[in-house]
Parts: sequence; C-alpha cells; structure tokens
Amino acid sequence: MALLQVNNLSIAFGGLRAVDDFSLEIEKGELYGLIGPNGAGKTTVFNLLTGVYKPNEGIIRLDGEDITRKNTIEINHAGIARTFQNIRLFHQMSVIDNVKVGLTERFKYSGIEGVLHVGRYKAMEKAMDEEAMKLLKVFGLDSERDVLASNLPYGKQRKLEIARAMATSPKLLLLDEPAAGMNPNETAELMETIALVRKEFNMTILLIEHDMKLVSGICEKLTVLNFGRVLKQGETKEVLDDPEVIKAYLGED
Amino acid sequence: MAEKKRIKSNLITYGIVIGMYLIMEILMRTGNLSSHLKGLLVPMTYYAIIAVALNLCVGILGELSIGHCGFMCIGAFASAIFSKLTQNALPTPIRFFLAFVVGIAVAALFGFLIGIPVLRLKGDYLAIVTLAFGEIIKNVINAIYFGVDSKGAHISLNNVMDLGMEPDGQVIINGAMGVTGTPRDANFTIAIVVLLLALFVVLNLMNSRDGRAIMAVRDNSIAAESAGINVTRYKMMAFTISAAIAGAAGVLFSHNITSLTATSQYFGYNASIMILVYVVLGGIGNIRGSVIAAAILYLLPEMLRGLNTYRMLIYSIVLIVMMLFNWAPAAVDWRNRVKHKFIKRNA
Amino acid sequence: MSFLVYLINGLSLGSIYAIIALGYTMVYGIAKMLNFAHGDFIMVGCYVIFTICSTLSGNTFVGIIAAVILCTLLGVTTEKVAYKPLRGAASPLAVLITAIGVSYFLENLALLIFGADIKSFSSVVAWQGLSFAGGDLKIQGVTIVTILTSVVILIVLQLFIHKTKEGQAMLAVAEDKGAAMLMGINVNKTISLTFAIGSALAAIAGALLCSAYPSLSPYLGAMPGIKAFVAAVFGGIGSIPGAMIGGLVLGIVEILSRTYISSQLSDAIVFGILIVVLLVKPTGLLGKKIMEKV
Repeated sequence: MALLQVNNLSIAFGGLRAVDDFSLEIEKGELYGLIGPNGAGKTTVFNLLTGVYKPNEGIIRLDGEDITRKNTIEINHAGIARTFQNIRLFHQMSVIDNVKVGLTERFKYSGIEGVLHVGRYKAMEKAMDEEAMKLLKVFGLDSERDVLASNLPYGKQRKLEIARAMATSPKLLLLDEPAAGMNPNETAELMETIALVRKEFNMTILLIEHDMKLVSGICEKLTVLNFGRVLKQGETKEVLDDPEVIKAYLGED
Repeated sequence: MAEKKRIKSNLITYGIVIGMYLIMEILMRTGNLSSHLKGLLVPMTYYAIIAVALNLCVGILGELSIGHCGFMCIGAFASAIFSKLTQNALPTPIRFFLAFVVGIAVAALFGFLIGIPVLRLKGDYLAIVTLAFGEIIKNVINAIYFGVDSKGAHISLNNVMDLGMEPDGQVIINGAMGVTGTPRDANFTIAIVVLLLALFVVLNLMNSRDGRAIMAVRDNSIAAESAGINVTRYKMMAFTISAAIAGAAGVLFSHNITSLTATSQYFGYNASIMILVYVVLGGIGNIRGSVIAAAILYLLPEMLRGLNTYRMLIYSIVLIVMMLFNWAPAAVDWRNRVKHKFIKRNA
Repeated sequence: MSFLVYLINGLSLGSIYAIIALGYTMVYGIAKMLNFAHGDFIMVGCYVIFTICSTLSGNTFVGIIAAVILCTLLGVTTEKVAYKPLRGAASPLAVLITAIGVSYFLENLALLIFGADIKSFSSVVAWQGLSFAGGDLKIQGVTIVTILTSVVILIVLQLFIHKTKEGQAMLAVAEDKGAAMLMGINVNKTISLTFAIGSALAAIAGALLCSAYPSLSPYLGAMPGIKAFVAAVFGGIGSIPGAMIGGLVLGIVEILSRTYISSQLSDAIVFGILIVVLLVKPTGLLGKKIMEKV
C-alpha cells in the first residue's frame, strides 16, 4: 500500500478551481517531485495535504489513515512535516531551540516539572539536546547551535527548516521549493542534503520545485500540475520528455 | 555553553533583586530612608511583578495587552474580600498565604476566561479588546455592592440599602467606595519574595518545552502549527500565567492599603499603559529589564517631586527622547557606527 | 417622547465620536499606528478656543479657526518630530509608546499652563435650538449643529478621498506603502496630510464636545479619544464609513444605557459591545479580512 494516497482532491476559491481532481500515490521511501508553472496550484496541494485548507472533495490517506478532515496540528502528529516557500523559522530563537520546538511532542514532561525544573525535566532536556544535536550534525549546523536563527545565512536557514521538520519524526516530508533563491553552489549542496536525509532516515519526500536540474537530478517520479489539474504523472525521464509538458513549460509558439 | 550562560544570566537577575532588597533594608534599618521613600518600596515591587507578568504576555507570547491592570484589580479585590471575611478567623500568616492563593487563582481564572475570546483576535484588535476588558472589570467592580450577614451573601448593582441586610451584616464591597479595612499584611520582604517567585516561574518557563513552544508561536504561528505545536493551548497557557502573576501583584496592592477602590488611576487603561512603558523601555522579552525599568521609572517621578509641576512634563520628554534614541532606525545606525569606530580604535 | 430626546442626544454624542474616529481611522489606515495622543489634540483644540474666546477677541469663529490651524500644525509637527523617525523601527510598539509619551506631554503642558481646575466652556453654538410637539420635544442647537457637522464632514471626506489626487494617494499608501512609493507617490507628504486632516477634525470635535459638555480639564480628551478609537475599531479600522457608523452606534448605546440601565455601567456596556462585535467579525463591521498567505 502507498504511504500517501490522494484521491480526486479539489478545492475552489470563489469561482476559481485552484486544484481540480488531483490524485497522487507515493510509495514509502520515494522521492517525488511536484512541478508545474507558476500559479499551477502546487503550494495549494501542500496546504491541502497539511490541513491549512480543507478540500471541497477528495480523500487524503497517510499510511492507510484518513487525514482529510484533520487540522494542521493533528496532521503533523499523524506524520507529515513541511517546509515553506518563504522560510518560516522561529527567528528570535537559537538554532538548537528551533529544532527542540520540533521535538516538543516527542519528549514530554509536565508544565509544573518545566517551571520548577524538577522531575523528568533534566533527563528529558538532556535527551532533547542530544537528539537535536544529532539532527544538526546531519545538516552541518552543529557548530551554529546557539546562533539566532535570523542570523544564519540563507542556505543554512533552509537547512534548519528541514531539520526542524525532521525533528517531528515524520513519515512524509514536504519541501516547498527548497532551492528558491539559491545560487547553483547552494542548490548542489541542498541536493546532497536531501539525498542524505533520504539515506539517513529512509525518508519519503514530496518536493515542489522550479529548478528542473534539481528535479531531474534527484526525483524518481514526477507529477506535473497545470491550471490546478494533473497534466502528466510518472517516471521522471518519461514525464520530462512528454511534448505536452514541454509545451506547458515553454509555452506554445 | 548557552546553558551555562543562561543560568548565569538568571542568577544575575535574582542577584540584582536581592541586592536591591539588602540595600533598601540596610538603609531602612539605619534610618537613612525617608518615610516617603519607605512607602514606595512595596508599590515599586508590585509594579516590577506586574511588569514581569506583562512582559510574559507582550515579549514572550508576543501579544500586546493594554488591560493588564484589570487582572491586578481582580487579584486585589478577590484577596481583599477573602482577607476581610477571614480577618478574625485565621492567624495572619495563614490568612495572607491563602489570600495569595485566592487572588492568584481568581485572576488566573479570569485570564483563562478572557483569553478564550481575546486570543482569537490578532494584533491591534487584540490589544483594544484587552483594554476593553480592563475597563469593564474596573467599571463592574465599581458598580457592585456586596455584603454578608447571618443569612448569607447579598449582592446588588444599585446601592447598599438594596442589599437588604440584617443589622449584623457586614458590607464587603461598597460600590465605588470599594473595600475598606483590609488588613495591611504586605511588607517589603514579602513583596520581594513574591517578585523572586514570579521571576523564577517566568525564567524557568522560558527554558522549558512549554516556554519554547510559546516563543515559537510568537515568532511564527503558522510554522509552529505545522511543527505540531497546539497554538491555542500555548497562547492560553502564557496568557493565564501572566494574569495569575498580575493577580499576585494585586494581592500585594490590596494588602498594602486599608481602603481599596477600583479607580482609573490604578486599574484603568492608563495604568496598564504605564506598565507597558516599563516593559518596552526595559526591553521587550527581557525579563530582567522589566524589573529594572519598573523600579527606576516608578521611583523617578517620585524622586522628581521636588520639581513638582515640571516633573511629569520632564518625564514625558525623557520618555519620547529615550524611545527615539533606542528605537529609531537612524539612531540605531548611528549607535552602531560609533560603536564600530570605538572598537576599531581600540583594536 | 423622552426616548426620542435621548436617542437624539446619543446621535449627537455619537457624531462627536465619529468625527474623532475619522481622524483615528485615517491615521491608522495610512501610518499603521495607534496615535494615542489623538484624544489630547481634542483637548488642545478646546483650550485654544477657550483662551481666544475668553481673553483675546471673544469671537467664537476666530477661536475655532485658530484651533483648527493650531491642531493641524501640532499634528503635522508631532508626526515629523516624534513618529516619523520611528518608521521602520524593529518593533511596532516603539511608536505606540512614543505616542503615549506625546499624550503625557500635552496633558502636562496643559496642566502647567492652565492648571488642574476645571474651567467652564461657553458653547460655540449660540442658537437655542428647535422645539416640537408644543415644547414637549426640545432639541438643543448644539445637538443639531453637531449632527449636521458630522454629516458634512463625512461627505466632504468621502469626496476628497475618492475625487482628488491627494485622496487617491492616501488610498494607495494605505494599501501598500512600498508600491505607492514606486508609483511616484510622495509617501511622506501623504502621511503629513493625513495627520493634518485628522488633527483638524480633532479640533472641530473638541469645539463640539466642549459645547455639549462644557467643562475643560487637561484630561478631557483621553476618554473620548479612547471611545472614538473603540468606535473606529468597531466599524473596522481604516474604513471611513465604518468609523462613522461605529461612532454613532457607540454614542447612542452610551446615552441609552446611561439612561435606562446604569450610569456606572454604561462604559462597560460600550466596551462589551465592542468585544461582541469583534468576536463575530474579528476586523470590525466594515473592516477588510486579513489573511496570511502560507
């Protein structure tokens, strides 16, 4: 059974059908790309998958569980974590604290223990620190653990956002244009990071991307969206060679 | 290590409070403190406490409240009523301790109840609704008549006669005349202990998973939700704790005077704004700063009493100039340039 | 019949709130700041009229003109000196606290010049008013003038904003300061103009307020200022018709609840209604819905 199964998802804003009859299946361990021209509805699909919007029609299943009507928090607890097109970090908090926020639901102690610094507090905080440092090492951020998130360079902010998402120990990771605003060097480094995340955590990843090079370089399968509808779906090479896809990207002449 | 730095910084904060306490105590014991200044010590401390409470709301949670003195008002009245009712029934230490429990609990309850609607709003809309609640609390308390006699409790919104009490009855809240005859249980030492406890709670909270979640909500609530943080829950938690601490300040307030009235001067929006001034000048999110700013800014106008008519004018000008100097982008740039020059010359 | 009198009185008080709220809402819409000192501009206007009427010329008209001019200058100067340097500050609270500082400053300056004792103000409207139904229903001149003034101000303001270049510039700046600047709009000038209009309105509101409630003190502007701000939020801050409706509703509710429920609780009721409205419509009656794009 597929890890993520989306059937006939639709949402309309006013009269505009932003996403129309969208279906998708992602197997465990796959790296899947969602591409399409500007305004095709890619981010809207992410917002539907993470409960920011509720679909008008369709079903979303994660690992067999119906998550269609759940809210953002419940969906995260069910196992979907995401990053954002415009980076959303906790900018006044340190790098390690950003990750520890992601660990909040995994390492529990009561509010009283937290305020008095007694009971499970010390052990749990230590465990959180270790777990957070492990993640930061994977992303090469361990030397910047106490730096304020807003003071990180752009490329590292992107990485920290992925690290924070991974801290919630998701089954599925959604990356919204991770290479946006990066130079070719940073993009290449990011590709390595994504490959590493996949290997280290055996993670299933769905990624939105504009950068064709990145998509063709790492994604096994692609879905092309155009005007909210699926234009083409399948193996990366096959999709990218499709004349209709080329037409959607390059426009008609 | 950040952890060590944090502990050190917290210890400095406690140290400043304790040091301040010791200095004042020594001055008092040696007779070097005027009775006017002596009278200011407890108010200075409860203003520091409510500034800490407000900073939790404004700086840590990131929601602007301009009605926090309303919670102080609730804490003050709830505890004053309790103390008045039990004045002859309980020994002072137990009664005063229980007065804190009552004042804090009732203020927390109101913080929770008011938080439900308020925290659904955003930004300036949220701020104006906190102001509205603060004013409502003050107005309603001013309109309440409450008394107790052998038949039980009586309440009215009209006048004392309307309570229809037996001759043995005791009027507890006399409308706009408020509560009179509350025992003066508060003193500087107890006030300082409460301040230290408030600091302990807030500083520890900030360095716990709940505190991090609250700050995450402040920095980016959408990202916090997608990281599985229950935004509503943490907003409610911070707001309720903040109201509870403001309530504790209220308990000190009502037990430091004999006649408690819900006047605008102490509980209106202007008073809440004054606390906000402490928080902003002390540094938004900087708990230690709030304590220091509250102490200095509370004492400053009092110290300027010699200048009498000019003192508030001077205070307002100082306030405007300080804000411009601290926050104006041009001033910030200029300060940075000067700092760089200085560092270069020394290098 | 008495209900009608109270209703009209409420309408009149509401008109004053509306005029103040218009200033509040315009400034908020364009400068995105709560000008806490706005209520004190009203007080300044009142004292100017009082001074001119009682000592200098004695001419009410001159007094009002002088108040409008002075308040306009005060508003523009305050913006230039105290608020403009804080544009782009790291926290929006900075300018709020500065506005509070300005409010303290004006109140204490007035206290220093005029003293704390309450001065009585003679109405700027000499007309006694109308009486209907054989004298059963008397409406004071100042009440009628107040209501008419607010209607005229609303119409002129709407025409100004929608028909003139400067008005269009205000709308553009309110919508998107950066984009307006790129379109060649002089943002600084537009903000100055907004403060000028808002402060002039405060002076007019002051004249009407003190004619209806003729006791002058340095703090007289604070509460009407807050109420007008509540009215602006109630109507949807940034919306001119919203400020008008908000002001009228608040005035009527205040007078009626003071009369029929409790004078002690009338403010609580006014604030209670604001809370209820915001819970149903979180951005006020006519306010635009704000949605954060994810």
